[in-house]
Formats: sequence, structure tokens, C-alpha cells
Amino acid sequence: MLDYVIPICLALLGGAAILNVARLIMGPSVPDRVLALDTFYINALAVIILFGIWLKTDLFFEAALLIAVMGFVGTIAAAKHLLSGDIID
Amino acid sequence: MMARLLPHPALSVVLLLLWLLLNNTLNPGHILLGGALGVIIPACMRNFVMPVPKVKQRIGLMRFTVRVLVDIVMANFHVAKLVLGPTRRLSPAFVEIPVSITDDFVLTVLTSVVSLTPGTVSADVSDDRRRILVHTLDAPDPDALVAEIKTRYEAPLLEIFECSTT
Amino acid sequence: MPIWIEVAVSLFLLFGSLFALVGAIGLFRLPDFFTRLHGPTKATTLGVGAIVLGSMIFFSSRGDGLSLHELLIMVFLFITAPVSAHMLAKAAMQQRLPRVDRTRGEPWE
Repeated sequence: MLDYVIPICLALLGGAAILNVARLIMGPSVPDRVLALDTFYINALAVIILFGIWLKTDLFFEAALLIAVMGFVGTIAAAKHLLSGDIID
Repeated sequence: MMARLLPHPALSVVLLLLWLLLNNTLNPGHILLGGALGVIIPACMRNFVMPVPKVKQRIGLMRFTVRVLVDIVMANFHVAKLVLGPTRRLSPAFVEIPVSITDDFVLTVLTSVVSLTPGTVSADVSDDRRRILVHTLDAPDPDALVAEIKTRYEAPLLEIFECSTT
Repeated sequence: MPIWIEVAVSLFLLFGSLFALVGAIGLFRLPDFFTRLHGPTKATTLGVGAIVLGSMIFFSSRGDGLSLHELLIMVFLFITAPVSAHMLAKAAMQQRLPRVDRTRGEPWE
């Protein structure tokens, strides 16, 4: 059953990724694009976890965790840069 | 002696649990290593840790956690309905909520809970920590929203944590 | 693997993917930045949380003992999503992004 469900889930997440990229290209403002990237990395993380279930391997866990941490740091850095023109204050 | 060795006991336990979860094991060697990390890391950063107020009611905290988790799921169905429905009917609003929590940590918890639950995102905290600004996706009645957040989330947090109110 | 575990994992995965899609749809079609902020912070976070929960059940049922480390991702996401939303909202208010005409109330400067 999982063999049928996981491709469906991957397709749904792929649709979500397309919508994110559309918003990333359309903008219209910089915070919109940062928000689109933020959503995009969370979706990528979900795809990686699904792929791990599909291949029945635990190895992708570290990748998913690293994407979560680095994506958060990137979003906060971009937001701080927008706020004050400087990342470290 | 004990207080010097373990300045933040709760942080030490969290670090040990984090280490065990990260390695996904209950191996005695890893428990020892995690315990050592739990002693060394808080000792190195004893002056940088934000003071966390004491928990007064453990049962209240648990009940609050469960309620927030249920509310997160419910709020998501609500938001999904709003997002998929006609966007012309939405009435977004910026709402100011006066808060009487002064502690930084508890205020952070409140704003996070507000962001994760019913159709609201906390957008700003005033410099004097008296008001928070909240953006709502669909608020036909802002005053009811303020009352709901104050009774549903702020009042329990004030009861659970030992903190002075203004 | 017992069939009921497989069904539970499938349900969690489908639920999570659907909510991730709802979050992306919200990001795509809502009218202004502040309303768009709602989709990703809530729907996407819960969606990925559900997927991670499904993965946790799947790897725990394979006979190698409990596999709880996916919990770390879930906790991390639930802690960080409100923080990034808050920072982005502050940045947007500072830049005075346009908002829908019927928005009531004023953002602070």
C-alpha cells in the first residue's frame, strides 16, 4: 500500500514546490521571496523524509535535520538583513 | 556544590535527551557521554542562559500543552478552509492585544502559541512589552479575538509560571 | 509489517502532503504579504509535522526498536516557524508593504 501512497504524496509535494517557485518568481517584494524560499525548504525537507521511507533507509534523517537548521538560519539572516541592513547587531 | 556543578538542571536533562535522540540509542556509553555533555555545556555557558521562571502547576502545564496541540490541528483545518475558499470574503485585520506578562520567556511562549493557532500571526511586540500586534487572516470581530486570546492562552500561562504581573 | 500500521503511516503521509499543498496554495493565491504569511507558518508546519510522525511510526515498526529521532525535526520546526514568521512580518511592516484595502487596524512603524 505504501508503494502506491508515497508517489501520490510526492506528486502533491511537487505541486506545492511548483506553487512556491511561482511565488518566488512573481515576487512582488523581497519579503515575499524570502517567505517563498522558507516554504520551499520545508517542502524539500518533507520530500527527503518521504524518499527515506520509500527506500526504507534511515540515512536521510541527518540531511533533513541539517536542512531544517540551515534553512531557519538563512531565513532569519535574510529577515534581519531586511530589517536593519545588517545581520549582526 | 551541587548548584556550582549543575547551574541549570533542566538544561542538563534536555541536553542529555537531545543527545540520545540524535543518536537514536539507549546505549550506556551514549548515556554517559550525553550526561558529560549535559554537565560541561551548561557550565561553559552559565552566564548566557536566559532565566526561565519556575513552573508552578505541572498539571496545568500539561493540560495547556494538550490544549495547544489540539488547537493547532483545529486552527489548521480552519485556515485550510479560508485559504481554499473565496479570498474576496476574507477580512484581514491588525489587532493590538494588551498583555500583562512581563517575563521575556513567557511572552515568547505566548507569541509563538498565537502564531501557531487560530488564524493569527504575531507581528510585533511594543518596546515596553505591554502590547503585542497580531495580524489575523479573518476577523469579523477583533474584540472577541482579543478576549479569546486573553482568556484561552494568556490567563493559563500566568497561572502556570511564577511571574510578576503588572 | 502489519496492515494497520501501514494504513496509519499512509494516512499520516497523505494528511501531511495535503496540508503542505494547502500551505503552498495559500502562499500562491492570497492577496497581500500579511495574509500570505498565514499559509506557510501554519499549514506547512503541521503538514511536515504529520509526515515526520508517519516516518517515525514507519521506522519504529521495523523491529529495530523505537526510532524517535524524527521527533527532533518536528520540535525544531514547531519552535522555529513562529520565529521566522515574526521576523518576516516585522521586516514587511518596516518596508510598508501594500496591504488589502479592507484590512482594518494599522501596523506599527
